[in-house]
Amino acid sequence: MNQLINKNLYGDYGDKENAGGASGSHDTSSEWPLWEVFIRSKAGLDHKHAGSLHAADAQMAIENARDVYTRRMEGVSIWVVESKYIHASDPGESESMYEPATDKIYRHPTFYDLPDELKHM
Amino acid sequence: MSTNQLFYTLQIADNALILGHRISEWCGHGPILEQDIAITNTSLDHLGQARSLYQHAADLFNALSSAEKTNCFASAALQAKISKGENLTEDDLAYLRDGWDFRNVLLVEQPNKDWAYTIARSFFYDAYNFCFYTELQKSKDSALAAIAEKSLKEVTYHLRWSSEWVIRLGDGTDESHARIQEAINSYWAFTGELFEMSVVDKAAGEVDVNALKPVWLQRVTTVLDEATITVPKDAWMHSGGKDGRHTEHLGYILAEMQFMQRAYPNMEW
Repeated sequence: MNQLINKNLYGDYGDKENAGGASGSHDTSSEWPLWEVFIRSKAGLDHKHAGSLHAADAQMAIENARDVYTRRMEGVSIWVVESKYIHASDPGESESMYEPATDKIYRHPTFYDLPDELKHM
Repeated sequence: MSTNQLFYTLQIADNALILGHRISEWCGHGPILEQDIAITNTSLDHLGQARSLYQHAADLFNALSSAEKTNCFASAALQAKISKGENLTEDDLAYLRDGWDFRNVLLVEQPNKDWAYTIARSFFYDAYNFCFYTELQKSKDSALAAIAEKSLKEVTYHLRWSSEWVIRLGDGTDESHARIQEAINSYWAFTGELFEMSVVDKAAGEVDVNALKPVWLQRVTTVLDEATITVPKDAWMHSGGKDGRHTEHLGYILAEMQFMQRAYPNMEW
């Protein structure tokens, strides 16, 4: 007798879609766009990158950011920007981009004798 | 101190608890991670309001005379405590009352069904809750006024969130439009009770909920218009929740919610 045994695991319910993206590529065309979230923790400080999330538009992105990233009083101001508008430097070019700076310590203002009266440098 | 102020507080608290519980059923099942967290946050807001209100209700109850206490609740588990002269706590009121002692409106106990029904129910209630708490800030009862003032900030966000979802679904795809229209039509029949003055409402002399209807209707109509949703025509309305006559759904909610305290009295975790 051919019997189909359905083993239910924790978290199995509903439409039984593949979890964890095991199937490899899946169509992302129907997904909401990705947004980067920046949070200012208190007035006077800079906005800092907090993470990313999905949202249908900017309004929803701000509200999602409020619910995902500020629910433990992390912030007083939120910026969001669609991830596709972030332009990043190429990690493959890091040798030419950043290494030339490593042997030029004279660019730090540490070669000046400061009078003792000067406290906050 | 009269029992009416206790019942009035419970009426508000029960709405918060039952809707909060209903919404919490989405936890881990949201359509997308971000909205799962959003709706769970909202659920916690409602439960937080319920706690403040039940604490106040417990204080009101414990200040009653023993004759008044005996006549407040029909629930056997509460009667057992009362007959022993014990004080009641917020937990007793949430976990040991039977369905007929609950005074929430029928709308909040209706099932989630799908995202559209959940949004429609929240939208109707949030719009009411916003009008209601705005008025309750003027309560003669300073505890209720303080709870209203604190809750209004949360409710303002709830209304904004549910309104936007009604608009997104209504003005979205053909399918989302059809689904939210169906949900709005189905739960419309539960909105009348929100504005009915129950015996308790009348005796409390607090918020005149009947007078909130035009403000609510205008708000709801504005959002539904923007969502390209047809506003349902006035029709027959369900009621009874405020008097303890509930739909079958409340029993299932209480069975799940109260099981632990009923099976293992006073357990903590």
